[in-house]
Amino acid sequence: MSFDFAVILAQGPKILSGIVVTILIWVGGNVAAAVLGFLIATLRRFGGRGVDVLLQVPIEVIRGTPFLVQIFLLYFGGPYIGLRLDPITAGFIGISVYGAAYYAEIFRAGYRSVPVGHVEAAECVGFSRNQIIRFVLLPEMALLVLPPSINMAIILLKETALLSLITVPEMTMTVSAIGSQQYAFVEALVVLALVYWALVEVANWLGRIAERKLSKLSA
Amino acid sequence: MTDHAIVATHVSKQFGDTVVLRDINMEVERGKVSCLIGPSGSGKSTLLRCIAFLEQATSGTILVEGQPLGFVGDGKDRRRQSPAELRKVRSKIGMVFQQFNLWPHMTALGNVSAALRRVRGMSRSEAEDRAMRQLDHVGLKERAGHYPSQLSGGQQQRVAIARALALDPTIMLFDEPTSALDPELTGEVLSVMRELAAEGMTMVVVTHEIGFAASVGHKVAFLDGGKLLFHDTPEAVFQKPREPRLEQFLDTYLDRGAAMLK
Ligand SMILES: Nc1ncnc2c1ncn2[C@@H]1O[C@H](COP(=O)(O)OP(=O)(O)O)[C@@H](O)[C@H]1O
Ligand SMILES: [Mg+2]
Repeated sequence: MSFDFAVILAQGPKILSGIVVTILIWVGGNVAAAVLGFLIATLRRFGGRGVDVLLQVPIEVIRGTPFLVQIFLLYFGGPYIGLRLDPITAGFIGISVYGAAYYAEIFRAGYRSVPVGHVEAAECVGFSRNQIIRFVLLPEMALLVLPPSINMAIILLKETALLSLITVPEMTMTVSAIGSQQYAFVEALVVLALVYWALVEVANWLGRIAERKLSKLSA
Repeated sequence: MTDHAIVATHVSKQFGDTVVLRDINMEVERGKVSCLIGPSGSGKSTLLRCIAFLEQATSGTILVEGQPLGFVGDGKDRRRQSPAELRKVRSKIGMVFQQFNLWPHMTALGNVSAALRRVRGMSRSEAEDRAMRQLDHVGLKERAGHYPSQLSGGQQQRVAIARALALDPTIMLFDEPTSALDPELTGEVLSVMRELAAEGMTMVVVTHEIGFAASVGHKVAFLDGGKLLFHDTPEAVFQKPREPRLEQFLDTYLDRGAAMLK
C-alpha cells in the first residue's frame, strides 16, 4: 500500500478552514491567556498577602488537572449550571483560562526577578505604581519571560487539538474527518503533524526575532 | 517655618517583634550635612528609609521642610496622608542607594530623564537637555548614551546621583553610597558629594567613611542598637575621651579616616 496524499490535499478548502479556526483560537486564546495571566500576577504582586494566597488556589487547580477534563467540564458540565456555550466559545475560554494559570506563574517569576531596589528607586523619583509596572518592571522582566512564554504558546497550540473532542471545527477535527471519509488515516495524520509543526516553527521564529530586538534594547 | 529640613520626633520602627529604631529624635538644619555612623544592624538604613518613606515608622513623626511625612497627627489621631500630599512631600527628597539601582534597560541619559518626562511631564527634548546638564554636573556627559552595564561602579553611582538631583530635591539622602565600590572608585563619588555639600544641599549620609563624616559632616550621628546616641558636631563626637560604645565602634571599623583622628 502506498501513501496517497492527493486525496487529502484535494480537500484543500476544508483543511484550510480547520487551520483558520485553529489559528484564531490559538492566537486569540494565547493573547487572552497572557493578558489574564499578567493581570493575575500583577494582582498577586500588589494586592497584599490575602489576594496573593487566594489567587494561588485557582492556579493550582488549573495546573493540577488535565486540559481535557477542564474542557469537558466546561462544555458538558456547563449546562448543569446554566452555562451553555457553543463549541468555539468554550474552546476559546478553555484555552484562555488554562493558559492564564501558566502565564500567571511566568509573570510572577518575572516580577520576582526584578530587584526591589529598582522599584524603590522608581518610587523615590515619583513614579506611580502603573508607571513602575510599565517603565521598570515589564521591560526588566521582558527577556526573562519571553522564552517560557514562547514555550507556553507552543503548548497551547498543541492543546487546541483536544478541542476536536468538544466538536470545535479546528484542524484536527476537519483533517481526521477527511482521513476517515477517504480511508486515508495515516496520510491525514502526517498532514496534520506537518501543519502543527509549521505553526510551531512560526512561533519559534517570531520568538527569536522578539528576543533579538529585546536584547538589543537592553544591550 | 523652622530652619530645619528634617525633624524626626519619637520615631520608632518595628519589624514584627523586632525593634529596630527606638525613639529617635533628630533634626537636620537646612543646608547642612549629617553623617550617620554606627555598627551594621544598628538601624542606619532603616532610619534613612523612614525619611525617604520607603519604610513607614511604627510611631513618631517626621517633618520634611516643615511638612508632615506620610502621617498627619500623632498617637490616636494619627492618620495617613492622601497620595497627593505624600507625593508632594516626597518630591523634596532625593535618594541614593548603596547598590545604585539604575534601571538596566535605560541609558544613563534615559535613567536621568525618565522621571522628568513621566512625572514632571516634560517633553523628551526638554527632559534630555536637563538630564544632560545634570550628567555634566557629575562629569559624565560623555557617557550619556551608555547603559549601566557599560559603566564602572563609580560612574553608575554618579548617574544615580544625577538622577536624583534632576528632580530638584532640597534634601539628598545617601545610604552607604560608596560601600559597593572598589576603593579606587570611592573618591570620584565622594568628591561629587563634597561639591554638593559645598553648594549648600541638605544631606543625610549613612557612611563608613569616617574621614568623610569628620570633614564634610556638619553633624555626626551615632546609632547603636536602634538608639541615636549622639548627634553633634564631628569635633564633639570624636573628641576624647569618647563614649565606650563609640570607641569600640571606631576600633572595629577603623579605617584611614578614623586613624587620622586618633
Ligand atoms: N524588612 C525588614 N524586615 C525585618 N527586619 C529588618 C528589615 N530591614 C531591616 N531589618 C533589621 O533591622 C535591623 C537594622 O537594619 P538596618 O537598618 O539595615 O541596619 P544598618 O543599615 O545600620 O546596617 C537589622 O537587625 C535588620 O536585620
Ligand atoms: Mg545599612
